[in-house]
Amino acid sequence: MRKNIFTLFLFIAVTSTLMAQNKVFTKSGIISFYSNTSLEKIEAVNKKVLAVIDAANNKIEFALLIKGFEFEKALMQEHFNENYLESDKYPKAVFKGSFVKTDAAPVIFTNNTTQTWEITGNLTMHGVTKLIKLAATIVVKNQVISAAGTFKVLLSDYNIKIPAVVANNINKEIKINITLPSLQEMK
Amino acid sequence: MKKIVLLLIAALSGCQIMAQDSTSLLNGFEDKRAVQKITGAFKSTRVINAHSTEMLHKGELDFRIMHRFGVFKNGFKDLFGLDYASMRMSFDYGITDNLMIGLGRSTILKDLDIFVKTRILQQTKGAKQIPVSLLIAAGYIVTTQESFATVKPTFGDRSSYYVQLIAGRKFNSKFSMQLSPLLVHNNATLNPTDDNTIFGLGGGLRYKVSKRIALVLDYHHAFGQLDSVITNPLSVGVDIETGGHVFQLHFSNATGMNEKGYLTQTTGKFFKGDIRFGFNLSRIFHVGKKRKKW
Repeated sequence: MRKNIFTLFLFIAVTSTLMAQNKVFTKSGIISFYSNTSLEKIEAVNKKVLAVIDAANNKIEFALLIKGFEFEKALMQEHFNENYLESDKYPKAVFKGSFVKTDAAPVIFTNNTTQTWEITGNLTMHGVTKLIKLAATIVVKNQVISAAGTFKVLLSDYNIKIPAVVANNINKEIKINITLPSLQEMK
Repeated sequence: MKKIVLLLIAALSGCQIMAQDSTSLLNGFEDKRAVQKITGAFKSTRVINAHSTEMLHKGELDFRIMHRFGVFKNGFKDLFGLDYASMRMSFDYGITDNLMIGLGRSTILKDLDIFVKTRILQQTKGAKQIPVSLLIAAGYIVTTQESFATVKPTFGDRSSYYVQLIAGRKFNSKFSMQLSPLLVHNNATLNPTDDNTIFGLGGGLRYKVSKRIALVLDYHHAFGQLDSVITNPLSVGVDIETGGHVFQLHFSNATGMNEKGYLTQTTGKFFKGDIRFGFNLSRIFHVGKKRKKW
């Protein structure tokens, strides 16, 4: 009997520690976007993305500072902040979403696995909140958890106006990549 | 038994982490040490005539074409002054984000000017707050127009120097202001009693009316003995930005487009109708090495 109780407690303990481990984060996630027209190629990267995955609840959130995007041309960066994203007024972009899969299995960080997920959630940026869908993968290799995903946003959805003179220099729909390398266990 | 208790505690603490989940997973993660540089106090490196708190970025070449026309008040006879154009053309280059140089030539007196401008302090917010940006610009101007005086002025006589301190603050996304004390030294003066060194207190204002359009004002008040016809330069205008171009359209009483010119050679009286139309056109090219790939 005592042995049984012990195994029961052991089971609880093991599952709860797993749950604790199920919340992982990074402060150095990478989000980049890309616009490519015949006239101009625009690329920017932000390497200070804060992201948290709560596997137990199938949830993910990430946030970044708009000013943290680095462009190849400093003038582009200035225009991006001043004229397009208005980062003084709207300094942050935040995403709150959840993992969805048809069989509704929870996200489990099992070593040496690759899982593909669809994430849906709300992306708030430039003062607008919209529902978006991400295609994401979670890779656990040699005990290191990392995640990556892509999604697209329509500039018009986020009230980002492109003046007629440069309308042909910028894609109407921007592809955004997110990479979260080596997520750490939350303490 | 002890083990069981320990395991229980472990299990409970595991649950506690779960219980802590509030509305946002990101709570408590904000970086409190972040410092943000304030940029874009003005649309261009010049308010209108005066140096602004803005700098070129590293590797940027700014080709500027500036025009000042004749006085507006003569009406259609002179096509509102457009018959008389004077020009300054200049190339400015950003050596680093905090150091730039420039070379310009004006049609008035065939003035050639060079300058160097550097940023000492940049306004920041966040953990470390710097309330103002502080810059310093220094330049040399030489008049190359042929003189018909009996005693020809020497190279030294035709030279002028200036140094300007620019202290400015972007108060919010719309409103910026700067104060820019300017010291101009002319080796030769118009009258023997005139001061060679003239101090000018400059002031610049910017108010953004839309994302790409801003109203600007640029004024300098000269202190020192100058010829009685010399007035203080006042310019008011509108900045229009279209990607790599900035158009600065304005009305001014000054025709001089270098520091010596606008501070010590302006003759029109703004409020007596000696107002001229002018524009600065700035086009930025990226010539330096591109920023390193991330």
